[in-house]
Parts: sequence; C-alpha cells; structure tokens
Amino acid sequence: METFVQQFPPFRETVALPTPGDHGDHEHHEPGFWSKYIFSTDHKTIGIQYGLTALCFMLFGFFLMIMMRWQIAHPGQAIPLVGPLLHVLVGNTASAVKDAAGNLVGYAITPELYNSFGAMHGTIMVFLGVVPLAFAAFGNYVVPLMIGAPDMTFPRVNMASYHAFYIGGLVMLVSFFIPGGAAQAGWTSYSPLATSIPTHGQLFWIIGMIFLITSSLLGAVNFIATIIQLRAPGMTWMRLPFFVWAQFVTAFILLLAFPPLEAAGVMQLMDNVAHTSFFLPTGLAVGGQLANVSGGGSPLLWQHLFWFLGHPEVYVLILPAMGIVCEIIANNTRKPIWGYKSLVYAVLAVGFLSFIVWAHHMYLTGMGTKISTFFQATTMIISIPSVIILTCFFISLWGGSIRFNTPMLFALAFLPMFGIGGLTGLPLGFNVSDVHLHDTYYIIAHFHYVVAPGTIFALFAGVYYWYPKMTGRLMNEFWGRVHFWSSLVFMNVVFMPMFAQGMAGMLRRMSDGGANYSAAVNSRAGADVIGGLSSNIMSLHTGILWGAMCLGLAQIPFIINIFWSIKHGEKVKNDNPWDATTLEWQTPTPPPHGNFAHEMHVYRGPYEYSVPGHATDFTPQNEPEVGVAPKPTLTAH
Amino acid sequence: MSESHSVDFKSYFRRCFYVFIAVVCTTSLMITTSFLPHYGWPAKVAAIIAIACVNAFVVAGFLMHLLSEKKMIFTVLAFTVFFFAGLMGLTLWAMHDLPAGSSH
Amino acid sequence: MEIPYTVKPRPDIGLYNAKLGIWLFLASEVMLFGGLFSAYVLLRVGAAPGEWPHGWLNVTLGTVNTLILALSAITTLLAWVACKVGQFGKFKFFHACTLVLALTFLCVKMYEYHDKWIHYEIKLTDGTFADGHMIENNPAEDYLVIEGRIVSNETDLMDLRAQKNIEHKEIKIERAQIKSMQNYGPWHNTFLAIYFTLTGLHALHILGGSLVIGYLWGPGSKMWKTDPERFTNRIEVSGLFWHFVDLVWIFLFPVLYLT
Repeated sequence: METFVQQFPPFRETVALPTPGDHGDHEHHEPGFWSKYIFSTDHKTIGIQYGLTALCFMLFGFFLMIMMRWQIAHPGQAIPLVGPLLHVLVGNTASAVKDAAGNLVGYAITPELYNSFGAMHGTIMVFLGVVPLAFAAFGNYVVPLMIGAPDMTFPRVNMASYHAFYIGGLVMLVSFFIPGGAAQAGWTSYSPLATSIPTHGQLFWIIGMIFLITSSLLGAVNFIATIIQLRAPGMTWMRLPFFVWAQFVTAFILLLAFPPLEAAGVMQLMDNVAHTSFFLPTGLAVGGQLANVSGGGSPLLWQHLFWFLGHPEVYVLILPAMGIVCEIIANNTRKPIWGYKSLVYAVLAVGFLSFIVWAHHMYLTGMGTKISTFFQATTMIISIPSVIILTCFFISLWGGSIRFNTPMLFALAFLPMFGIGGLTGLPLGFNVSDVHLHDTYYIIAHFHYVVAPGTIFALFAGVYYWYPKMTGRLMNEFWGRVHFWSSLVFMNVVFMPMFAQGMAGMLRRMSDGGANYSAAVNSRAGADVIGGLSSNIMSLHTGILWGAMCLGLAQIPFIINIFWSIKHGEKVKNDNPWDATTLEWQTPTPPPHGNFAHEMHVYRGPYEYSVPGHATDFTPQNEPEVGVAPKPTLTAH
Repeated sequence: MSESHSVDFKSYFRRCFYVFIAVVCTTSLMITTSFLPHYGWPAKVAAIIAIACVNAFVVAGFLMHLLSEKKMIFTVLAFTVFFFAGLMGLTLWAMHDLPAGSSH
Repeated sequence: MEIPYTVKPRPDIGLYNAKLGIWLFLASEVMLFGGLFSAYVLLRVGAAPGEWPHGWLNVTLGTVNTLILALSAITTLLAWVACKVGQFGKFKFFHACTLVLALTFLCVKMYEYHDKWIHYEIKLTDGTFADGHMIENNPAEDYLVIEGRIVSNETDLMDLRAQKNIEHKEIKIERAQIKSMQNYGPWHNTFLAIYFTLTGLHALHILGGSLVIGYLWGPGSKMWKTDPERFTNRIEVSGLFWHFVDLVWIFLFPVLYLT
C-alpha cells in the first residue's frame, strides 16, 4: 500500500497554452475521411491500421510457405493451380515442366524462386507480420488505455511510424516483380551471397528494411516516453499491468538493438551499389571469376551486426505475447497472477541479457573456445528468467476458477507450446550439440514452435480478448473454438515431425526437400551412410504439407469471424464484458478520442481479482474504496 | 524547463567561451599527439581517443547539460554505453579468439 | 484533448516529453554510429600489416571543420539561452550563425569529397603505379595528365605519414600505358569505404539538423508569439540533436584523420 501519494498538477497546467482561435476540448469538429482513417494521429486508429496491415502480410507470408511446402513434397513437379499464375506474375523464375513427349505440363518453382520465397517468408513474417501485430498493433491500442493516458506522447510521430511501416512493406512486395526477383539470400541476407546474386531484389530488401527499422525506432521512442511520462496519477511502476512492462522492455530492445543492423544495412547497400568491400574478403571469387572489388572486408562482420539485432529481435517477438497471455490468464482464473514482482524482474533481466547472447547463432563460424563458452554461458543464464515467467503463469492456474473462453484456450495452449519451443532451444544453446543441429530442420521446428503456436496463439488470444473493446461486440465463440482446436492440432502436425527430420540431418533451405542430397549420399554403395535421409524421414514431407494446408483452412473461420462479428456479433452488455480490472475496460466502448471521460486516478494493483470482502470478484484499478465497485455502464457513443 | 534559477546571459556566454577554449586545446593536443614520433599505433590510438573522450565529456557535460540531467536520462545512457561496449568488445573478441591452429 | 507534460515537466521524472524523447532517440543514434565505429575497428584491426592507409586525409581541413562544428554547438546553446531570457533577436542572430557554420562545414566536406573523387591510382603496364589528381582527361586525346607521382610498389601509397616531402609533379601518361585506373572512391579500399560511409551519414545528419533548425528559425518561429515556453523547448530539443552531431564528429575526426 502506498503511503506517499505523489502530487501531480492538473494535466491542463502541463500542456501548451491554447492558441487564440482554439476551440478547446469540448467542441469536436468531425475530421474528414483522410484525417480520420488514413492520416489519423489517434493511437487506437493507428493500432487497428497496424493490426489489419500486419494480418494481411501474415496471410501473404503463409501463402509463400504453402507454395514452398508443396514444392518440397513434390520436387520438380508442376505446381497445380498456382503454377500458371506464378509464370504470369514472376516470369522465368517459374520453370516450365514438360512431359516425356515435350508437351508443357505446368510450371514448377525454380530453386531461385524457392529461395526468394524462403527469404521473403521469413522477412515478411518477422518484420511485417508478428512484430507490427504484437508490438505496434496491440501496443498502440492497449498501452495508453492501460496506463490511463489520453494518447501516446507523440501522436504525429506515431502516424509517421505507421506510414514508414507499410511503405517498407510495399517495397518488399514490389521486389517480387522486378527482373531477377525478390531477395534470395535468406532473411539473414548474409554477405557475400547477398551482394553476388544477380538481382536487384537484395537492394529492395535493404531499402525496405531501412523503412521498417525507422518505423520501429519511432515507435520505440513513443512507447518508452508514453509509459514513463503519461501514467495516470497513482499508476506507479509496480501497479502497471504486466503487458505494459513487456511492451516497455520490448521497446527498449527495439530502440538499442535495431540501429547496428541499420548500420550494417547501409554498409551492405554500399557493397551492392557502390561496390565497396565491407563484407567481401580479399580474393573473393564469384562464379569462378575473381571479383572486381577492393577486398579487405569481413563476412563475419555482417553476421555479428545482423545477429546483434537478430537475437534481441526474437525477444521482441515473444515478450508482447507473454504480456497478452498474462492479462488473459489473470482475467480468466479470477485470481491475481502469481509472482508479479518476479515477472517484472524476469522481464527486465531478459531484456538486458538478450543483448549479450547473439553469437550462439554463429557457433559454426570458427569461434574459439573462450568466446563460445562466454556466449553459451549467457545463453544458459537467459533461459532462467524465461522459465521464471512461464512458471509464474503455470502456478497462476493453481486454485483458479478457470473460464474456458476462446482467449483463455489460446492463452493456455501458449504455455506448453512455448515450453516445447523453449526446451528444444537448450541443445541449440550448447556449442557441442549445436554443431550437429545448426541449419537443420530442428532449428526450423524450434523457432516455429516459439513463434507460431507460441506468439501467434497469444496474438489470436489478444484479438478475441480485446475485440469487444474495439467494436462493442464479441466474436463468435463456437467458431473461435473451431479455430482454436484445428490450429492447435495442425500446428503440431506441421512442426513436430521437423524435429525428427532435423535430428536425422536434413538441412534447411533445400528447395527439393533434400531429395538430391539424400540420393547422392544413399547411392554410395558399401559406404557407411551417414547423413543420408531415410525414406521415412523424406515421407514426412507429405504429412507436413497436408498439415500446412489444413492449418490454412483453419484460419478461414477466424478471418470470417473478425469481419462478420463487426455487424452480427453478440453485443456487449457493458463496457467491461470480461469483468477485468485493468484500465482499458474503464473506458466507453469503443473508446472516444481522448479515451477517458475524466482524468484517471489509480488506487490499486492490476490483478485484484477475488479480493475477500468485495461485492464482486474483481476490483478495477481506479476504484478508490474496497467494496464499492463502480456501476458497470454501457456508454452511448 | 522546471529549473527556476535566473538565466544570466553573460555568465552563459563566459561558460561557452571556456568550453570553446577547452575544445581548441583538446583538438590541438590530439593533433600534436598524432604527429609525435611514431611509438606504435595501439598506444597512440589509445592516447588520442582518451583526449577525444575528454573533449566529448566537456561538450556533453556543459553544452548538453548532461552533468545536471535527470536520473532517467543517465539510466538510459548507461545501458546504451554498456550495450555499445558489448557490441564492440565481444565482436572484436570473437574475431580474435580462434580455434587452436587456425590462422586469421 | 491535450497530451500532458508537453511543456511543464512531470514532477517525479523531472522531464517534459520531448526532452525524454530526444534523449531516447540519441541513445539509438549512439548505437547506429556505434555499429559503424565497431565496423571501422574490426576492419582496421583485421587488415594485414601495411594494408591500412594513414595520412590520406587533410588534417588542416579536418581541424577547421572540428572548430566550425564546436563553434556552432556553442551558438546553438546561446540561441536557446536567448529564448530562455526572452531575447528573440539574439536567438535569431545565434541560430543564423549556427546555420551559416553548418553550411560552411558541408562546403568543406564537399571539397574534401571532390578532392578524393579526382584523385586516381593508375596501374601501368610496366608494373608501376601512377598516383595523383587528374588535371587533364580529354577523351579525344590519347593521353591524360595527373599531378602526382609514380611509385613501384602499391604499398608505398598506403602510409603517407611515414613518408616525408613527397614530390608532386605533372605527369603525362599515354593511354596505351594504362592497365587499369580507379579513383579514390569508396570502392577503392575499405578505409575509404568506411570513411565515406561514416562521414556521409554524419553529413546527412548535419543536413537534417540544419533543415530542422532552419525551419524553427524561419516559419516555425511564429510559435514564439503564441507559446514561447513550448518554442523554447523545441529549440532546446533541436539543440540537443545538434550537440550530438558535434559529439559524433569529435570522435570521427581523430579516428579517421589522426590515427
């Protein structure tokens, strides 16, 4: 209990003087279409803009993956339906497939096109899908509401950040249609490959990344300043909902980890355009010819600068998701989260440590024992706070009065799915085991488990949870459950077999799914065949393809539900349909410009559920006296 | 700004003059050091960078008011400096700690 | 709807929003230039002995630029002080000085870049190297003229600090004698690559900062009449950015020019 109450001056005294001719707060002139929907500076509109754009990009990235998986399961064969379309759209990179008589059968994906799909699938999902949805969309919409603020500290910078985001995305999409196609050097864009491929797609990738990094940096500054400066009176640091803490740490990671990648991107751009040799070693030969460059550069330098961002980036992917899961678990167990303080210190520790573990992505680059021991140690240490966070969530379930609604189902599934992802990361953190698993399908399975049935499930949960606040209607519960169960089953069908494939030695990024590699190794008569892939392992590709296609079908109810429920969903009975304690539920539905009808004052922590002696089983943060709940209303808007 | 101390233009002018003199001195010191008879690059570079740090301290401390800045700013900058040191130090270490028997 | 703490600071933190925002942004800029400086250190330490140039940059011009930027940092601070004491005329004067100094800096930089642009290293068919500034290069003629010298080893061109009294004279070179030639652009050598990238990015920041300060000096100064306190905050925040750009140069100059 706070004994000292910070005295804050009324907000009006802290802002700019009204200019002559100002209409004041209470006269609203309706903004036009462009100011309201396209060039809005309202954090809620920007949050929805980010959300819808990110979901579209995620769907596109999903289609890229389906085409890749099809080609892996049917190497060299013409791809049905999509093949002719690809040929029309991207031309020669979709190769013609002819039958024995020389007649055109269809079009298959060439290795170059496969590589570009792979590179862009990764880039789009990470930078255009998950981060904008988890950090920018949910963060923008919910964080100012949760801390009792009228908006973000810098609304116009917020708008600029969104526009930079989708422009970067457009640059990335356009790159598919240029001669040579999109970037093909992986989402990691390693030099010298990235500067040797004869396509301008790599250039578009770098330019797109520069826009996206700028967008993230502007967003990060906004989030940190908002959380520090605009907390309502009484909202002390230790009364913040965990979601806000998670977004705060995520913003710091973005702020400090992205710039070195921007620097590296500028240097790779120079290598590409100005023929410098930042990352090109002396004596580099491309296609058998000595490259006409000055040399003297270092390919490892790119890897260090990339992974300096690359590792903190994965915490950017997971922390907002953990924040969402925390809110939903507390709300649907009707009891406080176990270990709030541990959660806060753990998330701060994760953020801090994430900056000094990056070279565990580089164990196979010829690192010496001392430096790899250092990175192994920090990698093992960082698993401790991550496990603490997960454990707190698990313990929170004990003794709870659990409501199994759709958001809670997704939040509950997050726990074991992220657990699998995290545990399978342990052999990768050790040099000795990573040597065998690096760049195999094991890695693909590991990181997809943390991001796909991990983060994305949490994001689905967030959509179902906050949808009623955004629209005033609930999403359909039946189809939500259909979406949940089918997604859960098929995520595992897709990714679980990949652990086996990886341990058997199947490498990543092979456009034929390992068929040629396996045939070459297995045909060595009499030799002890190590590394050859058995037909059992290869046959898993078909099952994975079916799983992926069903996973895609499973998203259809979700997409329809989002749009159908806007007009036909069950209307909420009051502003707080989930009976939640956090401040975003104390606003009208949907919240108006300025969010709160009057200045918010916070008197208690974020998870005061089932407080003994209270009339209801939840106590909102802005309730001053115990036992007197504010009357739930549905504010006409 | 929250400080209500009276801002005296003349005293600021004098402070700025001293800062400029300090910058001129450190710059000339750096240049002189670099033209001294060559005694090995590592030591020379270390000396020159050290003088540059003094220069940076003067600019940051007095012109950016960092010496009288709030704790929040210091905390942010402290973490930044730590991560920058990590980036440079660990990368350098990684590129020089090689398996036994291999060459650079 | 007003955002709190745009002008008056928040009591427990002690900062107004834009000040916190600019320091956060500057932290990210430290990491940006830090990434480039790390690249510089790595490339230099990793270079084989004798393959990293020394003395390729004009120390006098670098010193002039250092002093110009230091002076502009001071005029920036004085412009803010003038706003604090309510002397708008003095503010206009000092920030005009800042803009003039910034422009001078960029002009000196352009001259330096041009100097590298016309500086050629020409590999001759007899195995020697001609090195100097291009004076005459008429495509119609079968020769070109440089002002420089001819050396037998390429490594002689690397450490100019160690060589005393290098004689430059006009040299006429027949095109038939030329095996290949390249000017001292970023493609020539990793030192030049990182030099152009670092100073180029820095110059872009000078340009950006000048545009912001120019806007606040010109059209943006209208706010002085309606909300002087908020305007003063803007001058302070843009001044902090300018001081940071000066700080970067304080490290760029010794690292590139003096070592």
